[in-house]
Amino acid sequence: MNLRSERVRGWIWQVALLAAVAGLLAWLVGNTLENLAARGIQVGFGFLDQEAGFAISQTPVPYAPGDSYARALVIGLANTLIVSAIGIVAATLLGVVVGVARLAGNRLLAGLATAYVEAVRNVPLLLQLFVWYGILTEWLPPVRQAISLGGVVVMSQRGLRFAWPQAHAGWAVAGIALLVAIVLAFAWRYRAERRRDATGSAPPVLPVIAALLVALPLAAWWLAGAPMAIEYPVLRGFDHRGGIAMSPEFAALAIGLSTYTAGFIAEVVRAGLLSVDRGQVDAAKALGLSPGQRLRLVVMPQALRVIVPPLTNQYLNLTKNSSLAVAIGYPDLVSVANTTMNQTGQAIEAMAIVMAVYLTISLAIAAAMNLFEARTRLVER
Amino acid sequence: MIRAFLAGLAMALFTTGAAHAGSTLDAIKARDSLRCAVNTGLQGFAAPDSQGRWSGIDVDFCRALAAAILGDPAKVEFRPTNTQNRFTTLQTGEVDILSHNTTWSASRDSALGLVFAGILFYDGQGFMVPAALGVESARELDGATVCILPGTTTELNLADWFRANSMQFKPVVIGELSQILQAFFAGRCDVFTSDISGLASVRLGTDRPDDYVILPEAISKEPLGPAVRRDDWELFTIVRWILFGLLEAEEHGITSANVEQQRKESGSPSVQRMLGVTGDIGKGLGLDADWLVRVVGAVGNYGEMYERNIGPLGIPRGQNALWKDGGLMYSPPIR
Repeated sequence: MNLRSERVRGWIWQVALLAAVAGLLAWLVGNTLENLAARGIQVGFGFLDQEAGFAISQTPVPYAPGDSYARALVIGLANTLIVSAIGIVAATLLGVVVGVARLAGNRLLAGLATAYVEAVRNVPLLLQLFVWYGILTEWLPPVRQAISLGGVVVMSQRGLRFAWPQAHAGWAVAGIALLVAIVLAFAWRYRAERRRDATGSAPPVLPVIAALLVALPLAAWWLAGAPMAIEYPVLRGFDHRGGIAMSPEFAALAIGLSTYTAGFIAEVVRAGLLSVDRGQVDAAKALGLSPGQRLRLVVMPQALRVIVPPLTNQYLNLTKNSSLAVAIGYPDLVSVANTTMNQTGQAIEAMAIVMAVYLTISLAIAAAMNLFEARTRLVER
Repeated sequence: MIRAFLAGLAMALFTTGAAHAGSTLDAIKARDSLRCAVNTGLQGFAAPDSQGRWSGIDVDFCRALAAAILGDPAKVEFRPTNTQNRFTTLQTGEVDILSHNTTWSASRDSALGLVFAGILFYDGQGFMVPAALGVESARELDGATVCILPGTTTELNLADWFRANSMQFKPVVIGELSQILQAFFAGRCDVFTSDISGLASVRLGTDRPDDYVILPEAISKEPLGPAVRRDDWELFTIVRWILFGLLEAEEHGITSANVEQQRKESGSPSVQRMLGVTGDIGKGLGLDADWLVRVVGAVGNYGEMYERNIGPLGIPRGQNALWKDGGLMYSPPIR
């Protein structure tokens, strides 16, 4: 072993550093276990099988207080995923609109968009959530004086309730037919493009797709019995019953997260659009492309290259910011884990579960966005 | 540069290993201050006034403890905690004692690494509703929306009781007391549930107490008391005997006004033992001989503490009276 060689010395340093890190980790774990044992706190994940004993207000999957802690955490995870998914979609739509508006020629529109972005970016998210929650619980009327829009939508302090069709197999069949229609629509579009590339003339695309998406589900619904029964929300006892409910906690969190992240996404979109060379737009105009074609075929593909990486960042931020739900009473994963931690005393295991779940979600989002980003890259020889 | 870093790392590794050894009592004396976790703001138990001075029965208990250990009831640092971090602040050593109107329960005594040193206040869980609802009994609450604090026995008892009575409810769970009260008073929920003393305290804190009514049912036992860490036997014994000392003082008629006089003049052997004139109870506990004199001199006896803090809430002694008067407060003898 030649100590003079830089390679050998490099290896020695790396091994030493690795040993130091491993030693630090081992000492941390050992010290933690020793302290926990001294205090009489149990270690291990056995608590997940015990009865939870507490109720959760939003349960997308059925849950009762007699179920286990593991199930309660699954409910929390489902709630986090739902609010994150809705938040991501809404924030993207709103962010794109505001970002484009900031670049509009109309001074008022651009000014409003700028004001929105500055307001939303500079106030801490937690305060914004409190404001939204306060608005939804204090400005909306109490349950007994709920605002009813024709009996179909009922708004009160307790949340929104929508009339919803009663459960019937016909709706499930219609839903499946809709999915089938979407697949057929993609297939038709692909076939139409191939025909256009080969012969120069394309069969009509949009009318056929529209017909498919309307006619197929409608036919399926009619054939399955044409169920027409609708459940209306009705005031009984303390609150309305029937229909689909959206609690103020969920609404406040979804709106707060969406508007906050939309401000950041607007800036990302604006940066992307500004990054496209002016010459590209001029060339597209010279070629005779319509404004819609210009945006779709020339500007957006180039802008997307700049937009997608920071957009991934914003999606991850939104997902992690959803953990602020504990401050306004929405039972997301962190909120349920917090309660679990307090009732069982197993803080480290609960936090480890939460960290592992958020890590998995974030990696999944990042992986999906990376796949999308790969498609926007310049294809070089 | 690298050598300095490695040396520093090695030093950090080898010296912090001993951080958890050494009792809390020594740490309190070395620091010359007691760290006490209390409620963020519940009148009668622990609440800061506009100048930042804390008052309440839990606060007074911490002051009594500081008077006994350090000689000065003012040497307390109060850490406001909510129901979600109160246990972790005690478990991690951030505070020395938890005096947060916390219910003593089996799981908390065993699985959290804490032990409860005694019962400062016997209570039960109740419901508070707006009077306008016209509800007169908790059994009429099927389908109600209930505001609760997470991580409490209240949350679990609520689910159990509704299940046992085949009723449904919708929970609204918010972590901070001030936020959940705001939701309740705004009408977000029909019912607020907590210990009855807490409900009384909250009700009196509103502008119009008569708009809210506390329902007659008490659905559980909620004995509230201080807790310390499980490996802290010296502190545990001291806390326990200060609690008993306060009761014994009331039983023998020793008040903050007459404690000095009693020490000098009392002929009763039990009083002399309690106040350190004879015997060495204090030494056995690890305190000075006049520990109870200092405690009673600082906060009075249990009855005085109760009258000062809980009396304004309008809650009669009831279960919290001495055993001689039909209550549950019973102290083993100090001898």
